[in-house]
Parts: sequence; C-alpha cells; structure tokens
Amino acid sequence: MRTIWMMLRASVVLMALILLYQLAVLGIAQAAMPDKANGSLIYNESHEVVGSRLIGQSFTDPSFFHGRVSSIEYDAGASGTPNYAPSNPDLLQRLADTAEAWKRENPNVPVNELPIDLITNSGSGLDPEISPDAARVQIPRVSEATGISAEELERMIRDHTRGRDLGFLGEPGVNVLQLNIEVQQRTAQ
Amino acid sequence: MTIYSWVAILVTLGLAVLIAKPAGLYLAKAFDYEKNGLDRWFGPVERVIFHASGIRQGNQTWKMYALSAVLSNLAMMLIVYLIFRLQGFLPLNPSGVSNMEPTLAFNTVVAFMTNTDLQHYSGESGLSYFSQMIGIVFMMFTSTATGVAAAMAFIRGLAGKPIGNFFVDLVRAITRVLLPMSFVSALIFAALGVPQTLASSAIAHTLQGTEQQIARGPIASFLSIKQFGNNGGGFVGVNSAHPFENPGGFSNMLQILLMMLIGTSLPFAYGKMVGNAKQGRVLFVSMLMMFIVMLGVLLSAESAGNPAFHALGIGHDQVSMEGKEVRFGMAQSALFATVTTATETGAVNTMHDTLTPIGGMVPLANMMLNTVFGGAGVGIMNVLMYAMIAVFLSGLMVGRTPEFLGKKLEGKEMKLIAVNLLVTPFLILAPTALALLAYPDTISNPGFHGLTQAIYEFTSSANNNGSGFEGLGDNTPFWNIATGVVMFLGRYFSIVVLLAVAGSLAAKKPVPVTSGTFRTDTALFGGVFLIIVILVGALTYFPAIVLGPVAEHLTLRP
Repeated sequence: MRTIWMMLRASVVLMALILLYQLAVLGIAQAAMPDKANGSLIYNESHEVVGSRLIGQSFTDPSFFHGRVSSIEYDAGASGTPNYAPSNPDLLQRLADTAEAWKRENPNVPVNELPIDLITNSGSGLDPEISPDAARVQIPRVSEATGISAEELERMIRDHTRGRDLGFLGEPGVNVLQLNIEVQQRTAQ
Repeated sequence: MTIYSWVAILVTLGLAVLIAKPAGLYLAKAFDYEKNGLDRWFGPVERVIFHASGIRQGNQTWKMYALSAVLSNLAMMLIVYLIFRLQGFLPLNPSGVSNMEPTLAFNTVVAFMTNTDLQHYSGESGLSYFSQMIGIVFMMFTSTATGVAAAMAFIRGLAGKPIGNFFVDLVRAITRVLLPMSFVSALIFAALGVPQTLASSAIAHTLQGTEQQIARGPIASFLSIKQFGNNGGGFVGVNSAHPFENPGGFSNMLQILLMMLIGTSLPFAYGKMVGNAKQGRVLFVSMLMMFIVMLGVLLSAESAGNPAFHALGIGHDQVSMEGKEVRFGMAQSALFATVTTATETGAVNTMHDTLTPIGGMVPLANMMLNTVFGGAGVGIMNVLMYAMIAVFLSGLMVGRTPEFLGKKLEGKEMKLIAVNLLVTPFLILAPTALALLAYPDTISNPGFHGLTQAIYEFTSSANNNGSGFEGLGDNTPFWNIATGVVMFLGRYFSIVVLLAVAGSLAAKKPVPVTSGTFRTDTALFGGVFLIIVILVGALTYFPAIVLGPVAEHLTLRP
C-alpha cells in the first residue's frame, strides 16, 4: 500500500516536471519566434488570416494554380488520406477521374505529361507544395484565365520555389498558396 | 533517384553512426551507480524528486524491479485514463473536445504507456491540450524511461552486477537523458516552424472565399520526445506527414536522427557496461547490416512506382507519390519509414498503407524481426535474447555447454526465452485470424492488402511500434480492446521474462574463459546472430508475408 502511494506521488511529481518542460519551451518559442510558434500564419492588408505558409489550401478556380489531391479538401481542422493501397480499384477510379478533369481544364497539355504529385493524394491531405514541374504544366491554363504572360508566371514559380534544405535534404517544392496570392494580386491590378 | 537523395541518406546515416558511440558511453555513465561527474549536474534535481515522491534508493531483486515497473506503469495508466475520460470538464480545452469513450481511452493509455502509441483517435479532434500535455507527453517520457530502465537492469544482470533500483533508473532516464535532449530539439523544431502555442485553431479566410480551420497546439515540445523516446504517436492525426509536425527536409533529418539515437547507442552502452566493447560493436554492425538491406528493398520498390498507374498511361517512369509529401519526396519518405519501424517508433511521414506491396513489406518485416535496433531499451533486450539463442544453438552444434559473458546458459534460461519467442507471434497471428473471421467489414482495402492491414495492426501492437496501415476502421470496441490487450502483453510479458533471465544469470558463478569458449565478440558470431534472427523470423512469419504483400505484388504485375 505504501509503495502504491509512493508510485502515485512519483507520477504526480514527474507530471509536474514534464509540464514545466513544455511550458519552458512554450515561453521561449512565444518570446523568440512568435510567428512560427503560432502556426506561420499569413495575413492580408486588413490583418485577416488568409492561411498558413505551411498548410495547403483548396484551389479549384482555373485562374489559380492547383495543389495536390486531398481527400479531406484541405480541412486543416483534421488531417488524413483515404489510405488507398496500390491495388485498390477506388484508387484507379480516382486517378481516371482526375485525368478526365485535367483534360477538360487543360486541353492543351496531354495527360501523360502530368507529374505524379499532381494526381496523387498527399500524406497529410494538407501538403502546401507541388513540385516545380507540377506548377509549370499549369502555366497555359492560368495564363489564359488571368491574362498574365507565361514568362511572368514562370518567374513567379521560380520565386516561390523552395530549394532543398541545406542544399541536399528533401525535394524542392513550390508553395501553392503564396504563389496564388501573388497571382491574385496581379490579377486585381 | 537523384544524387541529392543518395547524399541525404548517406549524410543522415553517417551522422547516426558517428554519434552512436559517444551517446552510448554517456548512457552507460548516466546509469552507473558509482559516483561520477554527472551527479553534480543532475543530483540536486533528482534529490528533490526522490524526496517529494518518497522514493527509497536501495537495490532491488529482479522480481521487485519487474514488479515496480509494471505496477508504477499501471498507476500512471490509471491517472491518465481518468484525465482522458474527464477531459471535457478539465482546463486547456479551447476547441471543446468531449470526454473520450471508454474502450478508446483504454486503448490510448495502454498504447502510450507501453511505448507503442497506436492511435485510434485523431489528435486534432480527440484530445484536449490538457490531455496532450499532462496525459500523452507525460506517458511518452515515462514509457521511454521504463524501457531504458529495464534495459539497464537487464544489462546489469548480464554483467553480474546488482540489478539496481527501478525508480532511480526511471528518474535518471528522465532527468539525464530525455529532458535535456527533448528540450534542445524542441527549440530547434520550433525554429524550423513547428508550432508551440496554447491558442485554439486559427480561422483563415481563403483566397477562394471559404473558411479554413487550422488546428495547432503545443506541438514542438511534443514532437521531440515523440521521436527521441521512440514513442511515435502524433499530436495530429497524420503524425509527421503533417506540415506542422514536420515542416521540411531538415526537420525530417533531425527526427530520423532522434529516432535512431537511443537504439543505436545502447549496443555501445552495453559493451561498456559488461566490459566487452567489441561485442557491443559486433551487435551494432549486425543490426546496421539488416537496416541497410531493408532500406535498399524499400527504396527500390518505391522508386519503381505503381504499375497499375502506368497501365493508365499516367505517371510513367515516376516514383510512387500516393500518401507522400512533396517536401520529402520518395527517398526521404522511404528512409523515414525504414527507421520508424526498425526503431519501433511508429511515427510516419508517409502513409504506410499506400506503399507499394513490397515497399510495405519492409516496415512489416522490421517490426516482426524487432531486432533492427528496436525500441528504446526493449530493442537491445530483444537483441541480446537472440544473441543468447545464437550462443545456445552454436553450443548444441559443437556439443559444449553454451556460455554467455562467462555464465552458463542452461535449461531454465532457455525455457524462459523460448516462451518469450513464442508469445509474440501468437499475439500477432491469433487475433489477426479472429479479426478476419469476425470483423472483416472494418478492413478498408480489398483483397490480399486487407490481410496485410490486419496483420500490420497486430504486429505493430505486439512489438510496441504503433504505426498503422491507417485505412483500417480501427476505432471500434473490438480493435480497441484487442490491440490494447496485445500491446499490454507484448510489452510487459517480455520485460518481465527477460528480467527473470537476467536475474537467473546474475545469480550464477562465472566460469573461466578458456580456449574452447565460443567467442561472442567476433564477426563469426555476428554472422550466426544474423542467421538466427532471419531464420526464426522467416519460420514464424513467412506464410503471412506470402499471403499478404507478396500476393498483392504479384496481382499488380501485368
């Protein structure tokens, strides 16, 4: 009995110590890097949150660059994928549907030129990025819908491309939200 | 694969190998009961903890040690169970999460206390910040500490020293190892963009004029212990695939290094503690070789892509990106998947359910073998158990009494080990059969892959990994209770039995080493060890592997 009491006491003491650690990290992070600690949010001129640099958004309008397939439609109150096995017939059906939609919206770019990341569901359903190739194949559509020249869009994609961390870690990606913010600003002018 | 992918893999693994030995020597020192320089730094804090908890510091017998571990873990589970069940009434709940359902709360406390971190809930909607910080993170620290403590007691027993005191080891693991490293890496993660806030979800007004709710929370301090302690349960549902829980290539590498740190350093700590550094090195190299083979298989399977895609004329010659994130790409996803299952962490940065069939077989095989580094503490125990089997079988073959570290391995020890060896496959295969017969509707993918989903879930539970083929509809009373029981037995049965082996060996008189003694610190022994691991694994799981991933692979080929 005395041992059980000691174990419960020890649990509470360790709980307090571990909470203290988390609060210390909280204090330092909030003081030293409040922007990142609060979710890397992006604000517009009227100080409204338009999104997060790290979280993807759903884009369906032809005048925007589109992100990756997301079964949760970029609902960042949750996260997830349908977890289709490579052999799942539903996966192949979704793929065929995506290809059909692509043909409708991008009549000038053949389906077999599609980069794989544009037709597959990301792991999180919130992937903020697409590969530079996946951005480039969308240039004809966006250019037609917005009137921005292809060369200009090419430059914007380059500007929003993140290289590999330390030059070799991971893969390069284009931040779709930040790219589209610039597209929107240009269209509004 | 590009040159960058190869460089990234080589640099990451190179760093892991470089830090393993110094970290191992530090571990050996941190748990040494002789006075040393570390006492000056950590002694004052530890004395406060001992005093406040009423911990007495004398040596325990192996039975008392094992009992203390199991009972204290039960006490912690009870406290956290109550927190989960009452979280709706408790503070720090800005998103208004309601109380957790009983079978799910049972599953979750067992999952985190056993270092498994199987998750049948989604963090964004299932747990309040209070439950995450006081419940989950607390158990992440103490479960890792329990595993490391058990390993230290086991090694002391093998070395013929007193087993030690569970509570002293538990506290030392937290103060000397887990807290300092978690603190530093949490700050690095925060600097890389991982949120650390108590504010509720942000509401964004998107460019297309809709509202987007963005879940966030105190993730940085959660993430570091999740990886360092080989826990693996995510703050959010999709774990380290979520951009908040793994924002880029650098955070990804750091997470991989944290996952590998304890598992790779323990062989060196072991070598130091038993006074045979060479043997520790032999075990380390053997495990590294298995790791490299596993990684190679996974990389080649994933870079071949999905043939079913190619048949549609899409994505020809491209790698498989379903369930993966752009910032990691195929190679960093494959490396992460290999590490997370080898070290029994269970965090994921890619969805294992969506891996190609042979690709998905690698995580499964890593968990089934449970000797490719293995989880915090329990990994090295399992490895040493296989080393003893190797010694025993070699002894039988040459007709000599087998010896390990100068102690005779006899019937008693081998019986305990044999029972332990049989329990894990039973815990995996029997409930899988039950699930397939009674609850086939919870399995989301048709065909052979469905079988793999069920086997994966129980393999992950029994070996305390915690990753899942997440398509499984697993938040049902059946899956919650079945996996809860499997996790509990998979963890504590093996810890208690192996401590019994150590206790039994510690009580024996050492036999002098002669020229006829089978050396256990040579490359030959490393080879025998590897053969035994693969033989035992293959004999046990081969039918399941053939019916699951291999059959699926064959059906995909045109």
